[in-house]
Amino acid sequence: MKKRKMYIRMITASLLRRRSRMIIALLAISIGAMILSGLVTIYIDVPRQMGIQFRSYGANMILTSDGDTISGSQVEAVKKLIPEDKLVGIAAYRYETVRVNDRPVMAAAADLDEVKKTSPFWLVDGEWPAAEGEIMVGKNVADLYNLKVGKRMTCTFAPEVQAQTEDDGTEEIVPDNWMDFTVTGILDTGGKEEDYVYMLIPDMEELTSQPTEYDVCELSVSGSSSELRKISDEITDSVDGISARLVKRVTESEDTVLSKLQSLVLLVTIVVLALTMICVATTMTAVVAERRKEIGLRKALGASNGSIISEFMGEGIALGAFGGLVGALLGFLFAQAVSRNVFNSSITLMPWLIPLTIIASVVVTGAACLIPIRSATQVDPALVLKGE
Amino acid sequence: MSLLELKNVSKIYGSLHALDHVSLKVEKGEWLAIMGPSGSGKSTMMNIIGALDKATEGEILLDGVDIARKNDRALTDIRRDKIGLIFQQFHLVSYLTAVENVMLAQYYHSMPDEKEALEALERVGLADRAKHYPSQLSGGEQQRVCVARALINYPEIILADEPTGNLDEANEEIVVELFRRLHMEGTTLVVVTHNPEVAEVAQRTIVLRNGRVDHETINENFTGKIKHITLQ
Repeated sequence: MKKRKMYIRMITASLLRRRSRMIIALLAISIGAMILSGLVTIYIDVPRQMGIQFRSYGANMILTSDGDTISGSQVEAVKKLIPEDKLVGIAAYRYETVRVNDRPVMAAAADLDEVKKTSPFWLVDGEWPAAEGEIMVGKNVADLYNLKVGKRMTCTFAPEVQAQTEDDGTEEIVPDNWMDFTVTGILDTGGKEEDYVYMLIPDMEELTSQPTEYDVCELSVSGSSSELRKISDEITDSVDGISARLVKRVTESEDTVLSKLQSLVLLVTIVVLALTMICVATTMTAVVAERRKEIGLRKALGASNGSIISEFMGEGIALGAFGGLVGALLGFLFAQAVSRNVFNSSITLMPWLIPLTIIASVVVTGAACLIPIRSATQVDPALVLKGE
Repeated sequence: MSLLELKNVSKIYGSLHALDHVSLKVEKGEWLAIMGPSGSGKSTMMNIIGALDKATEGEILLDGVDIARKNDRALTDIRRDKIGLIFQQFHLVSYLTAVENVMLAQYYHSMPDEKEALEALERVGLADRAKHYPSQLSGGEQQRVCVARALINYPEIILADEPTGNLDEANEEIVVELFRRLHMEGTTLVVVTHNPEVAEVAQRTIVLRNGRVDHETINENFTGKIKHITLQ
């Protein structure tokens, strides 16, 4: 039998046949590795998770035109510049003044599915317009005209050219356009949106008899402020006639919260790492203490200090590796549970974190074993074998 | 040349002379018993001969080499290569089987050989208990594993410290019989014992008192004949 085989046999026997003690050591290492791996997962995933959370506070980037309006092709061009996983929503608005009961009201037309994404905090009593002829009115407008969900209302639009000259020289008055709508929802935001009515783009085109050009475009993009700044600069540089700017009060507060949260998680990770090390060192010290006689015997049989170190270190490394593997898997479950309970979303397993956790666990266990192993080499066989 | 020679060996702890200018010779193949009351210096002498401890003064010649001034690393090599140790408390590794405990001595000495370790267990009548853990063996069986471990590397000398101290009469007889066989095969034995019955089967007995050799007796009736004891 080769020496290496006997070495592995001894270490395996020590780990497997001294189960109760080793389970305690393994538990200490696994829990440390679990919290470490879990916290690292959360630390890495926090920007994404918080980014999603922050997006519920509304758009964080605004596009304006350098000319009068923004075209549909410009919106598409901007869309292509933003990575799909970063773009939460892009809502381009066209505003027109319409008349309801002869009083002016501001009407906004947009892809309302995108508006839902950029303004998830909007409270709608009823439903969002889904088909042509449906309209959503702001709470103030609803109060003013006593509108309720299901009621019908008429919007009138006065064309820019009020009269046109016929071939025979007579002037003919151009009649106002009008459309009947069914109110599907009342919008409650607590802001200026309550003074508006919202319709689908085809309805606006029909009402105004004009193709759609947008006045403003709101974007909700997830990412750190530096990433957002990079995207906005790229949009401004790449899309002719468009200026992108960040909504600073949103991006800056996001940054502050994010950096504080990450610092907190980092601090907790370091503290956990230190506690794990202390815990493993204590356990290994206890393991060495209770095996003083065995160490004495090994030395009496001719074991060198190098042999004693390699045997105990081998056990420590094997425990560290196995504990690291168990901890990495438990850590993912821990991070998943935290993510589901705190952020209400799941995280994906980061496979590279498994070997990293195992390596960290082996290093921590190895370092924690150094002091007790050093004391193992100082065992005097003559004393311990006599029972002193 | 004697296999082992102690010349004016002393071991001093503060004001206590655990060994006080002891001189002693052990010839190759000899069976020596060391007796004496508690505190007479038996264990101290055993530790010094066994290279587990260092003498304060004097010379200890093992196979012609003075081991008294060797450093810890050299003493470890001497224990590994030249000495087989048997303890009163057996000192087997609890999580290793009987055969693995024997192989442990081979592991530190040269190369573990399971077949050879099984043969050593067979010699002490424990071939069928090779895969048992110490907790599954009786005291006598544990001591026989200890004997197998001590002899596996063919040491120059086997040192036994109270080898029958924890055994009943039947097992005591078995262990003594094992020593008799080892002696017949030419093994040098030094046995520390309180038990006169164990001492009287040795060729020679020295009695220590207050760290000095008080007297020495030669066993006139020593035959070295092997009794027929079933080891199983």
